[in-house]
Amino acid sequence: MILPRRLRLAIFLLTRSFASMLGIVLVTVILGLALLGPVIVPYPDHVAGGIDLANKLQSPSAAHWFGTDEVGHDILTRVIIGARLSLLVGIGITLAAAAIGVPLGILAGLVGGPVREAIMRLTDLFLSVPGLVLAIALVAALGPGIVNAMIALILVWWPGYVRLADSKALSIRAEPYIEAARVAGAPTFRILWRHVLPNSLSPLIVKMSMDVGQAILAVASLGFLGLGAKPPTPEWGAMISIARGYLPEWWWYAVYPGAFIYAAVLGFNLLGDGLRDILDPRSHRG
Amino acid sequence: MDRGLTLYLARRIGLAGLMLFGLICLTFVISNVAPSDPAALAAGPDAGRSQIEQARREYGLDKPLPEQFLRYVGDLAQGEFGRSIATGRSVGTDLLRYLPATLELCILAMLIGVLVGVPLGVLSAVLKDGPIDHVTRIFAVSGIAMPPFWFGLLLQLAFATGLGWLPTSGRLSVMTLPPDPITGLMLVDAVLRGQWDVFREGLSYIILPAIVLSFPCLASILRVNRGEMVETLRADYITAARAHGVTPWRMICVHALRNAMLPTLAIIGLRWGWMMSSTVLVETVFDWPGIGLYAVSSAIAGDFKPVMGVTLIVGLNFMIASLIVDLLYGVLDPRLREG
Repeated sequence: MILPRRLRLAIFLLTRSFASMLGIVLVTVILGLALLGPVIVPYPDHVAGGIDLANKLQSPSAAHWFGTDEVGHDILTRVIIGARLSLLVGIGITLAAAAIGVPLGILAGLVGGPVREAIMRLTDLFLSVPGLVLAIALVAALGPGIVNAMIALILVWWPGYVRLADSKALSIRAEPYIEAARVAGAPTFRILWRHVLPNSLSPLIVKMSMDVGQAILAVASLGFLGLGAKPPTPEWGAMISIARGYLPEWWWYAVYPGAFIYAAVLGFNLLGDGLRDILDPRSHRG
Repeated sequence: MDRGLTLYLARRIGLAGLMLFGLICLTFVISNVAPSDPAALAAGPDAGRSQIEQARREYGLDKPLPEQFLRYVGDLAQGEFGRSIATGRSVGTDLLRYLPATLELCILAMLIGVLVGVPLGVLSAVLKDGPIDHVTRIFAVSGIAMPPFWFGLLLQLAFATGLGWLPTSGRLSVMTLPPDPITGLMLVDAVLRGQWDVFREGLSYIILPAIVLSFPCLASILRVNRGEMVETLRADYITAARAHGVTPWRMICVHALRNAMLPTLAIIGLRWGWMMSSTVLVETVFDWPGIGLYAVSSAIAGDFKPVMGVTLIVGLNFMIASLIVDLLYGVLDPRLREG
């Protein structure tokens, strides 16, 4: 039984590092909030937009842990529901970007020649502008909104996966076991599926874990700029954008959603870092 | 200069030119997939069909796409970025007006990033696994995970509205007359004109946004520099230097840091490119009148000529930064020339 042993080692390595543990805890909490959200929130009717002006802009108290916003919504409720949205969007962007980028990258790395040249130049092109600015340009053209923000972020995100998959495929292509499989008459698709993909999986998992965090941050950034989710959608960035107008007196309105963005991004980054240490011991430095 | 180096430089510069052309194509494509009709936008909300058609002709939008593209490239070659459809002003002129504010902010943020990041990186490498190393590690991860707009709001809450030490937002108080521009960088102009009170006031306005902008950059400079220093300090020549009785101070600062500097320079270049992108968020939080704020307010209005102009400027800056890093590597690291 090799797997349980390796698993035990992985768990040992993860739990040994404080940073990785913090990452796991944060990600678990965010996942839990996202899954249980509608069940555990204290004021479920505040999600749909039941207005309670009598209780607007209340400071944090026993009834409203995080206070209330300008229409009397419980901020804790909205932040928890926001976790669901952010997580879905973050994971969605990452998966979609990987689904576009990884096949293209493997193709480029394996086929080589003019195909690779064409794919890589296209990739370079998208990587020639920092992602956020390109996303803003795309949203400006498509129009603001959460769906367009997602499309824009997917469009700027996939090239990173092409680069990663291409470099892995290039290095794996040179391995003797690929040659052996080819000589044994394995069809190209089988080589890709059974040999190249599993061997490029660990850096892919690490990158995806980190990217979920970065995608959450990017969506919140667009929301904050007024180019992403529109209020009253309980999106963290959009909430802060409204809350800005209520600073400094009603500070809690902006502070709590931001703390959740920070915790979520931090969690996925630390998790990715911890996974890298386990999956790719060579990259561990220092 | 040997032949390998010349070839490498020529190839790299050629590639940069190609990328610039690609970027121009990309902005053109983005402008033309827009579902909103730019002519209708230009004509205003109450315009009738004939007015929209007139606007279409005026902006050359009735021409076939290849012709529009040629015109676009030709205009760009003359530094003409088109006109803002919302305000009718020339985007090139607007960019020239807003760019210095952004550059000033980025330069100061980069100075903070380098001046704090490099020494902290050295310190945590030398005192590896000590308390300073752990603190800087948390600091570095925070720098990447912290939403810049939230960090900015927190600093405003603490230092501007809470303690009242610094102004909340803007570049200068409305009461103060900015110095006559020489370089466009206000702090530099204030010094050149000898207006020290304006300089002090400007500094109090720029310091918070500069700190926020520098944070992620500082964090990655710190991490890269630390990693390289740890690596270098293990090298044989460091042991040799130590054995020869070189003082620790000289060993770290001269022998080790110099060898760890190339990757640090690379990350500084890369971060300079990225900075112009995160400045969009920082400028929005602090109402800093730079190209980032300009891009966001135009994007919200659906006015995409200015947004494309900013995209081109930020992309150009990014390409130049990575070009310089690559050239530097080519000159300093002979192994790369063979590729």
